[in-house]
Order: sequence, then C-alpha cells, then structure tokens
Amino acid sequence: MKLNSLNIKEANEGLKKKSFSSVELTKACLDQIRKLEGKLNAFVTVTENEALEQAQEADKLISAGQDLPLLGIPIAIKDNFSTLGIKTTASSIVLDDYIPPYNATVVAKLKAAGMVLLGKTNMDAWAHGSSTETSDYGSTKNPWNIKYLPGGSSGGSAASVAADEVIAAIGSETAGSIRQPASWCGVVGLKPTYGRVSRYGVIAMGSSLDSPGPITKTVEDSALILEVLAGVDENDATTSPLPVGNYSQKLSKNIKELKIGISEEYFIDGIDKEVKEMVEGALKKFEKFGAKIENLKLFDPKYAIDVYTIIQRSEVSSNLARYDGIRYGNGRDYFKDEAKRRIMFGTYALSSGYYDQYYNKAQKVRTVIIDDFKKAFEKVDVIIAPTSPSLALPVGATKDSAMFGEIADVLVEPSSIAGLAGINIPIGFSKSGLPIGMQIIGPQFSEELVLSVAYEYEKLTQVEKWRGLKPNL
Amino acid sequence: MKYKAVIGLEVHVELKTNSKMFCSCSADYFGQKPNTHTCPVCLGLPGALPVPNKKAIEWCVQIGLALNCNIPLFSKFDRKNYFYPDLPKGYQISQYDKPFCVNGYLTLTSGKKVGVTRVHMEEDTGKLIHEKVSGENVSLIDFNRSGVPLVEIVTEPDFETAEEVKEYLQKLQQIVRYLGVSNADMEKGNMRLEPNISLRLSNQQSAISNQLPPYKVEVKNINSFAFVSKAIDYEIKRQTEILEKGKTPIQETRGFVEKNSSTVSQRVKEEASDYRYFPEPDIPPLRWTKEQIKNLKSQIPELPDKKTQRFEKNHLLPRTDSIILTREKITADYFEEAVKLGKNHDLTPKQIANFIINRKIDITTTLPAELVKEVLNSSKKEEISDAELKKIIKEILEKNPKVAEDYKAGKTSVIQFVIGQVMYIIRKKIDTEVLRKLIMEELK
Repeated sequence: MKLNSLNIKEANEGLKKKSFSSVELTKACLDQIRKLEGKLNAFVTVTENEALEQAQEADKLISAGQDLPLLGIPIAIKDNFSTLGIKTTASSIVLDDYIPPYNATVVAKLKAAGMVLLGKTNMDAWAHGSSTETSDYGSTKNPWNIKYLPGGSSGGSAASVAADEVIAAIGSETAGSIRQPASWCGVVGLKPTYGRVSRYGVIAMGSSLDSPGPITKTVEDSALILEVLAGVDENDATTSPLPVGNYSQKLSKNIKELKIGISEEYFIDGIDKEVKEMVEGALKKFEKFGAKIENLKLFDPKYAIDVYTIIQRSEVSSNLARYDGIRYGNGRDYFKDEAKRRIMFGTYALSSGYYDQYYNKAQKVRTVIIDDFKKAFEKVDVIIAPTSPSLALPVGATKDSAMFGEIADVLVEPSSIAGLAGINIPIGFSKSGLPIGMQIIGPQFSEELVLSVAYEYEKLTQVEKWRGLKPNL
Repeated sequence: MKYKAVIGLEVHVELKTNSKMFCSCSADYFGQKPNTHTCPVCLGLPGALPVPNKKAIEWCVQIGLALNCNIPLFSKFDRKNYFYPDLPKGYQISQYDKPFCVNGYLTLTSGKKVGVTRVHMEEDTGKLIHEKVSGENVSLIDFNRSGVPLVEIVTEPDFETAEEVKEYLQKLQQIVRYLGVSNADMEKGNMRLEPNISLRLSNQQSAISNQLPPYKVEVKNINSFAFVSKAIDYEIKRQTEILEKGKTPIQETRGFVEKNSSTVSQRVKEEASDYRYFPEPDIPPLRWTKEQIKNLKSQIPELPDKKTQRFEKNHLLPRTDSIILTREKITADYFEEAVKLGKNHDLTPKQIANFIINRKIDITTTLPAELVKEVLNSSKKEEISDAELKKIIKEILEKNPKVAEDYKAGKTSVIQFVIGQVMYIIRKKIDTEVLRKLIMEELK
C-alpha cells in the first residue's frame, strides 16, 4: 500500500511505530501531487520545501516521544484560509500576490497539532460556486473521471483527498461547499455548526454562514480533525463557548434507538434516479440495523434558496468591498463575472427601499426555517437526505448558469441557513463510476451525534465491495 | 429678528480606552509613527474579524446615562457601507437602528432642555495625508487611528442660537471628562463637531413652526468651540440673505474656513446617501440585563451640574465660585479635600475657595494640606483691617502726589513703592496681594 493512500489513523499508527517517517509520508504525497496535478489541478500552491522541513521537524518530535493529534500528517488547506508567509488567493487573481502576515485560527490550531502543510487547494474564486469552475486558476477535475467536475467550492480539497494527494484536507462551507464536493468526489465532508469552528483568517464569503471543516477519507479522521479545530476563539466573536466534545473517542452509537427523519421535500423532482435509489437503499440498511425511519414534512428547500441567495449576496457585497487594490492585491477590475454579479445583487438587495423587501424578509424566513428544523428535531435525532440532487456534472456545466450553485446546493442550503451540523458520507457509485453521497444532518452543536451515526453506517457497510475502489488516474 | 435658527448637532467623541474598538492595538495614536499601531483587523486584511471592546461599550452607555438617555436592553452593531481610502474594510462598523442610548437630554443654564436623540458607538477611520514625495504629489494613509472607539452624540434640532450650542458643547465636554472616558481635546481631534443649521420665520404659528425647514446645511471641519459660534453666525447671515431674496438655501455640506470665519460649499446632497446598513454579522447582538445597566449607572461620578448645586448649598459658595471650582473634576476634588482639612483649623470653604480662585493655585504641585497651611498663614497676616490700610495708603499718596501722576501716565511700578512705604509704616507681614488691590483702588 502506498503511504499517501493512508488515512490519518493509519498514518498516525505507522508514524508512532516508526514503520515510516513523516518525511517519507510527505514525499509520497508530494510524488502523487507531482504525478496528478497536470490532470487534477487541485492545488493553487504546493508548499513542497516548507512541507519537507515541517516533516523533518515532526520526525524529530516523534523520536522525542511527542504525542500530538496530527503530528507529521500531511494536510492541504483550502486557499481561502490565511497562511502566514504563504500566498492566499481564494482562487482570485485579485489576490494573486497577496501573502498574509498572519495565520487563520484553523491554520494555527492545525500547526499546533503537528500538521505538515502540503499546500493550498483550488476553489471557486471567493468560494462563489459549486464546481471550482469559477477559479481564476482553472477548474479542478474530478479524480473519478477528469471529464467531470469535483463540485465546490472546496473542490480542490475534496479532489486532493479522493486522489490520495494528501492524507486529509480542510475546506469551508457557506452552503454546501464541503458536503457537495465531498459527495461528488466520494469522501467524507463535515460541515460543523456555525460558530463551532473559528472563522478568523478565513476570507469571508457569507459571514453569518461560513463554517470551516474537515474533508477526510474516513469518519474517524473527520472527528479527529474536528477535535483540533473546534472551540471558542477570542478572535471570532461568533464562536460558541460550548465545550468541545471528545468526538473521536465517542464514535460508537447504538443505532437501534436512533430515530431518522426523512422528508419527501428532499427527494425532489429532477433528482438523479441512481442518487435517489442509493440513498433509499442506505436508509433501508439503517432500518435493518434497527433504526427507525420517520416521515417528516419539512419546509420546501426551494425557499431556502431564495433566503440563502439574498443573505449571502448581501454579505458578499459588503465583504468584498475591502478588495480595492489600495493596500494589497490587484484592483477591482480584476474581479470576474461571478463575483461582480454577486456584488451587484447584494448591493441592490441592501439598498434603501429594498432592504425590507429583501434582506429583512429573508432574515424573517430564515427564522421560520430554523424553527422548522427545531420542531423536526423534537421528533427525530437526525435527518438523512441526498447531499446533491445529481452526480458530478461534466466540465463546463456551469458556464451558462448563473444560479448553478444554488440549484446544485438545494439540499444543503436549508441546513446551512439554520446553522446546523451536517456530514456527507460516500454510500456507493453510479453505474458510470461516479461517487454518490448521503448527508446526515443534526441539530446545532450535535457534531458528536452526527459523526457517530456516520461512523456506524461506515462500519456496518465496511464490507461493501465499492469501498475498495480507487480513482484510476 | 424675522428668522429663527433651527440648529442640531452631531458630536463625535473619541474614547481613551487602552485598545482599539475591535482589536487589541493601542488606541493611543496621537503623534505616533504612522502605521505602527496596526494589525490585520484594523488594516482590513482578508479574513480578519472584529471583536468588540467591552470597556468602550460600557463607556458609551455611561455617556448616554449621563445625558439622561434610555438604554434599550437589546442593541447591535451594523455595517455602514461606503468607499473611502481611509476606510480599510469598505464599511464602518457603527450602529443604525438599535443604538446603545436613546431619548436623552442635557439641561442648559437657562433651564432649557436640549434633546439628545441618540448616543451610539462606532469606529474611527484612518487618516489621509497629502504630501509631495520626491517631487510627486501623493496621498498617504496612516491607519494608526483606524478602529479607535468613537461615540457619536446626536441632538434634536433644539438650538436657536450659537450661544446655546456653545454652552451645550462646554457641558458635554465637561461631562465626558468627568466620566474619565475621553480627553475631549479639540486640538487633538478627540472631539469633532458638526452643526446643521437652517432658518424658519420666527412669527410662524406654533402648529407650523413645529415643522422643520425644508432644507438643512451641515458644516464640517470645525475644530474649536469658538469656530462653531462663528460658523453658525455666518450661516444665519448667509441663509437670511438667501431667504430675503425669496429663495430657499440648498441642502448641502459646507466647510468652515478659518481665515475669514465663513463657510464654503463642499458637497451638495441631492438625496440622503445610501449606506446600505445591515446588521454586522461578525458581532452577535448585545443583550443587557437591568442589573448591568444599574451597575454602570452606579459607577458614574457626581456630574458637574449636581456638584455645582451641592457646592452652593453645602459649602455656601456663590454660584460663580461653584462653577469655577467644578469646571474640572480634579479641581473640585482638590477643593473638597482642602475643605475637609481646613475644617480642623476653622477655615471656611469660602476662604479656601477664594484662595484657590484668586491666587490661581497650581493644584498639581500644591498638596491640599500645603494649601491649607498657606491659607492659614495668609489669614494670620490679615491682622490689620482694610479700612486701616486704606487710611495709611491715603496718607502716603497725599505726601507723594507724584505717585498718582506717574500711575496715570502708565507707570504701574509705582505701586511697588507704595507697598514698601506701607510695610515700612506698619512693620508687619501682610498679604501683599490684598494690599496691591487696595492701592490700585485708591489710585483710580
């Protein structure tokens, strides 16, 4: 087995047993990156030299008996996380030469946990999109079929994990940007509750929605990284002071008592038949393992699109105002169409005379959606639904569709609007060989529950044949 | 007067907190090397987030409480979106529809209450410096001031004269200094004033006169109380002339020009600017408990008006003395400390007040105990009555007629001669200041 195809747990064990060094592990990842980047374009920046230095340092610490959760583990981070001394572009040429003088809290925490930073992953420019096709550095391709898109906006992170270029990666989700690419690339993507993980240093998209989270090969890895990332941050006033769980220690869950909610609104018209059938099949397996499935009537997700579009665009129009080219970066004429569209939309929605009609109304509906979920979670523990209504779409699919992202993310936007915890886990493949994912949604700050349910499913279906598949690149 | 002025006021007060409003940079920017008090937050770097300064918020609420405001239990920050090179985020974090303090007032000496519409919290901007660098005209930005806590105090259009405005400003300055929340130093820009002025006919019936004029002129760039008066007087004159011609002055922003005490048009406001306010998503809304507000109120020291009244009542001081002694809290505290010590020596508060006021005592170098000693010494010296002294002075002046002549001719040094003569005659140590006054009276 190649070292780069290990997950965090396996790599940690190997490093501890000295079966291999962090330098060897890092080199294996760098080799894979070198081999595949021409096809995948998952990275904006590969920090080869720094990574090898950090790996050497990690090996010394391992020899000295240091025990850190991610010591010597090569990880890639989405390019909207500020990295001290390393170019951070959010895949926009507006920030083509911008080098942050500070680390995002997530980056600082990962470094403190011993991570080896492999590089910065490609994304939709400013995280505006669900495909990575809006990246100013070219689209990332889906490792399972490079004629297809990886999803987005954390497409580079998801693709790099799926292609074993890295052991794990970090993404960020405003609505779907972790779960949807994880679904299209067949990996685990966790969107924590809003406020569970600090946004400090993450280039802001929708400030009231942005949630950083891990993209990993297994659920257990996801729990391990969340343990490192979660918690209150004095630099982010919206982080929650609630205590952080021992997520990786508390993964086992007796699903015999589990009540799973499903809503027909989430099996919408136009949903891919194979996706629908496979999620229904997964639910049957849950039932077989003893869980109870309950039908819910949830608010039609199409309303969430309107609410999300207004709130997110409004915040974007204000958040992008600082990129004036005066202090750093290029000028405003470097913004591309998608960002310009969002700025114009948001500016309009916030204008006097329209504020009440749009932004204010959207906030009111947002409250209704939050209440809707609250009521649902009085009846059930978690809600399960397809993550994306479709399989990965072919390259070029987004070119003429300004609302592409919103349609692709229809099934993840309501839970994002409500700030809930959600996770995508792979459940199989289409006949065409593209991954299919399912999402498990829980109440706010229910990461422990959501991870446990995902972990149980992963464990109980570990024998399924598709699990051994690797992209053929 | 055919017209009556309608004047409202916006005052910005910079707080003297240790750190800035939303980051931990030092807020003490005055005279510092440019761009040395900065961080990702106050430079508006990608990904940086604001974390509000608790002290600044509490001080803002205390200013509101001192101005008799209501403190709503729910409040929030908003983004005010506009572009200017000194505003690094492209928006200013301010407060829109839920300010910390609302519906207050400040009472003028006349008894008139000036309505305080709102007191809210926001952040200062950076500073633009236009300079020639190697022969080229450039604009430089200093972000040291960016993010310094700023409190905005807005009044109702309740002022009718420049004098009222001036008194309000003096009182406001005194209050924030009493609270110890700002130096309120005009020259350092700690306090910035923006009056808006319009005129209406003074004989309008009450129902109509409640209506505001259909325009408003805002004046900026004013950095002293004296200039506010001048700007207002100038505007009243200018607008009267326009109205006399049967026209309506245009709604605009004008700048004050120091050299000829006039105002010039800066920007014509065709309509209200659209700042696209929306709730600041990076800062959760604030909820106070009644207890917290009560607690903040209890920390407010006795304010100048109350203190003045108490000095009159408890220390039996004339109003003028009370006003002088309470002008600054440090003087008032000094006075009361000296009164306490003087009591043991049967000194009256009035004796101590006289000494502080007439002798212009430097309270930073003379301890209250030392002051009491000095008062005691000088009162011992007053063994000779004023009437007796006057008699002696008269005699000396009669014997030396040239003294009066010289004095009238402007030679004031002759007073010193008379003092010497008096001292020679009485052979006692007396208060020469009192003596000097008596001599001058006699010479008039």
